[in-house]
Amino acid sequence: MKRYIFRIKRFNPETDQAPYWQDFEVKLEPMERLLDGLLRIKEEQDGSLTFRRSCAHGICGSCAMKINGRNRLACQTLAKDLPDRVEIEPLQAYPVIKDLVVDMEPFFSKNEEVMPYLINNNPPPERERLQSPDEQKRLVESITCIMCGSCTSACPVYWADRQYLGPSALLKAYRFIFDSRDQATQERLKRIIHSHGLWRCHSIFNCVEVCPKEIDITSHIAALKRFALRKGLKG
Amino acid sequence: MYVHNYDTVIIGSGLAGLCAALEAKNAGTVAVLAKLYPTRCHSTAAQGGIAAALGNEEPDSPEWHFYDTVKGSDFLGDQDAIEVMCEDAIRTVVELEHMGVPFSRIPEGKIAQRRFGGHTREFGAAPVRRACYSADRTGHAIVFALYEQCMLKGVEFFSEFHVLDIVVEEGRCQGVLAMEIKTGKLHAFQAKATLVASGGYGRVFKTTSNALASTGDCLGMLFNRGVPLQDMEFFQFHPTGIYGLGILITEGARGEGGVLRNSRGERFMERYAPTIKDLAPRDMVSRAILTEIKEGRGIDGKDYVYLDLTHVPRKNIEERLPEISSFCKIYLGIDPAEEPIPVLPTAHYAMGGIPTDVDGRVLRDEKGETIEGLYAAGECACVSVHGANRLGCNSLLDTVVFGRRAGRAINKELKGLRQGNIKKEIVNQVFEEIDRLLNSKGKEKIGKIRKQLQQKMMEHCSVFRTEEHLRMLLNELKNIKERYRDIGLKDTSRAFNTELLEAIELGHLITISEVIAESALRRTESRGAHYREDFPKRDDENWLKHTLAFKKNGSIEFAYKPVRITKFQPEERKY
Ligand SMILES: Cc1cc2nc3c(=O)[nH]c(=O)nc-3n(C[C@H](O)[C@H](O)[C@H](O)COP(=O)(O)OP(=O)(O)OC[C@H]3O[C@@H](n4cnc5c(N)ncnc54)[C@H](O)[C@@H]3O)c2cc1C
Ligand code: SF4
Ligand code: FES
Repeated sequence: MKRYIFRIKRFNPETDQAPYWQDFEVKLEPMERLLDGLLRIKEEQDGSLTFRRSCAHGICGSCAMKINGRNRLACQTLAKDLPDRVEIEPLQAYPVIKDLVVDMEPFFSKNEEVMPYLINNNPPPERERLQSPDEQKRLVESITCIMCGSCTSACPVYWADRQYLGPSALLKAYRFIFDSRDQATQERLKRIIHSHGLWRCHSIFNCVEVCPKEIDITSHIAALKRFALRKGLKG
Repeated sequence: MYVHNYDTVIIGSGLAGLCAALEAKNAGTVAVLAKLYPTRCHSTAAQGGIAAALGNEEPDSPEWHFYDTVKGSDFLGDQDAIEVMCEDAIRTVVELEHMGVPFSRIPEGKIAQRRFGGHTREFGAAPVRRACYSADRTGHAIVFALYEQCMLKGVEFFSEFHVLDIVVEEGRCQGVLAMEIKTGKLHAFQAKATLVASGGYGRVFKTTSNALASTGDCLGMLFNRGVPLQDMEFFQFHPTGIYGLGILITEGARGEGGVLRNSRGERFMERYAPTIKDLAPRDMVSRAILTEIKEGRGIDGKDYVYLDLTHVPRKNIEERLPEISSFCKIYLGIDPAEEPIPVLPTAHYAMGGIPTDVDGRVLRDEKGETIEGLYAAGECACVSVHGANRLGCNSLLDTVVFGRRAGRAINKELKGLRQGNIKKEIVNQVFEEIDRLLNSKGKEKIGKIRKQLQQKMMEHCSVFRTEEHLRMLLNELKNIKERYRDIGLKDTSRAFNTELLEAIELGHLITISEVIAESALRRTESRGAHYREDFPKRDDENWLKHTLAFKKNGSIEFAYKPVRITKFQPEERKY
């Protein structure tokens, strides 16, 4: 067991005027998760410490937070990779509700704008629609997104323009535009090509750097751009 | 206090809740309440696949699926319900594909299928490829597709609304009371039909593959309101949880060729299940692993064995099992293509739950009387298609088939149902309870009590059970209940008070644990996941029946009902 100082940014909307930092000492085994540390603090030291969590293994997307300046999942960050002092803050660019909990609505609502559902108006066949393994593989990275919000929160374009769709919503658009079964490409392109859409992305790669599922988001956005260009839809 | 009126209110945005919502929306207004954001339900964690006899990779038939499920259930599953599920499986998976689920494919473009535990061809002859998958992220792929369809259809979601009470009163369900977590405000949702789809409760055990949110709240609420709970003694331990963490390694890893090995490097499942070996049902494999360990053949004399994938082609691991490879890399620092994975059984799936008929109507007693306006589906429900032991990939199928059927039943019955009415007294009771908890100044910390509970359940009530241990557990539970009465909370605020919610969840965990322990104590036989060392044989003469536990006058009472057998007579279960 090693001792760590967790320096956590706290804020209770009912009692605090402004956020403040609080230090907690916590012991962790090398292979334990930062999330285990937060749970331990909540259990043993301060029941009011507030954060989201559920699956505890990087699949539900609840526990994204800023850890030593970088967005990560608390349940996917191991103690052995941490320095003795760890600064933990809520995700940047979303309104803080309490302690490490932010309001994700602005993030989720962007997804809805890109029509995130398969549209195919042909009468459904008796059995499954056919799709080749290669056509399916084209989607594999984009469908692993867990909607943790890390990417959009780390995006300088989003910091400057809160109406910008953001990396995750563009990735969602990719997921449907490049699905061989989908027929709403035109409509969807309209939804992403506007002054807060696709062409605002300047390939800064912050999203790729923080994505806990290691999705190469920028290359997906680049594929969308090439596709749009071919359709003559620049800017 | 906010009051909402909907035709249908659904608790839970897992696969069961989402499927039901899609159907119920055809008949009227639908609100889905979930304590997490919709896609953060634990269905998202499902890895391996969904079972359907598509026969895409080799010949298969719904009848074989039916037989395997009955046998897997150790003959406790109700065969009429199992037949409904297996017959509907093909249509179900095809419809999911039409909704956009990105299943993995075979070269001809059809859905790919792989082997899974207990699924065989020709009534047990050899393993069959029946699991339809999207790599090892099948649950995630299906949840997103269904959630997106719900969005398209205009289902209303109340995300991060924590249900506190399901109001079953005057012989019917009136609706639910929920807290908006962000503000701490109370909302009443009055409904004609209420569907419970709140998922599992693996968090009664210390080591589990279940999410921290899998606390079985709604089962506790309904039990307290006099609704029975069925077959609660049957809890599945999945053989391959990552050692020390309980994180699941899908059975699909063995479906792709992985094998279990003991300290001698021996493929020990050959001894326990000569025909299908590592793909035997989970109850048998979990017992085999623990037997190996007990007899000193754990790795380095420790309490784990190896899941060995090192002979599986790297390409297959990368394409079909990317998620579990990444778990191994992140949490163990190993590459499963190079090194074996240390595993130990982990609490995984609740076979028991809220008793329902095949259309999701909740049953109030052993005679099959229903409760007006109350429906349940998914892991929280007990239809019962899984009996004493669920087969892998049959749970996703269960949630989709029976979630949809419940939604359709609601459609048909909505016209005859009155709008629910939640009385002021009930609202006041819930308000008072919240205030009491917020002001509780006792000396006990909820985290400590929860740990003790989970530890004791693991020690006395997991894979192997005896009367002595179960009695010890019941004593411990008495003590735990005492301590729970004396809790103190630090967080007294209303907004996003997760400590308060954890305190409420803990209350339900304790209730459920008691029902599990009492049900297990009474069943003096071994069947499926319920293994009594003091009664090691299955006893069809006395125990081919379902348990129903009721809360009456503060204590737990029991009734039993027969298993519905239509086609396959109980036989010895060998693999
Ligand atoms: C790691 C893992 C892998 C699995 N893999 C497979 C597989 O490959 N194949 C297979 O068939 N099965 C698998 N299973 C089992 C299967 O995933 C689950 O049984 C199934 O997904 C349960 O779905 P559900 O809709 O019943 O509940 P869940 O998906 O658990 O959803 C429950 C919902 O209820 C809500 N809820 C709960 N309590 C409250 C409350 N008090 N107030 C408001 N909302 C509440 C939650 O927010 C959530 O939305 C796996 C299970 C696990 C844990
Ligand atoms: S793309 Fe990656 S960082 Fe962005 S929401 Fe999805 S998983 Fe999170
Ligand atoms: S708790 Fe689910 S992603 Fe971390």
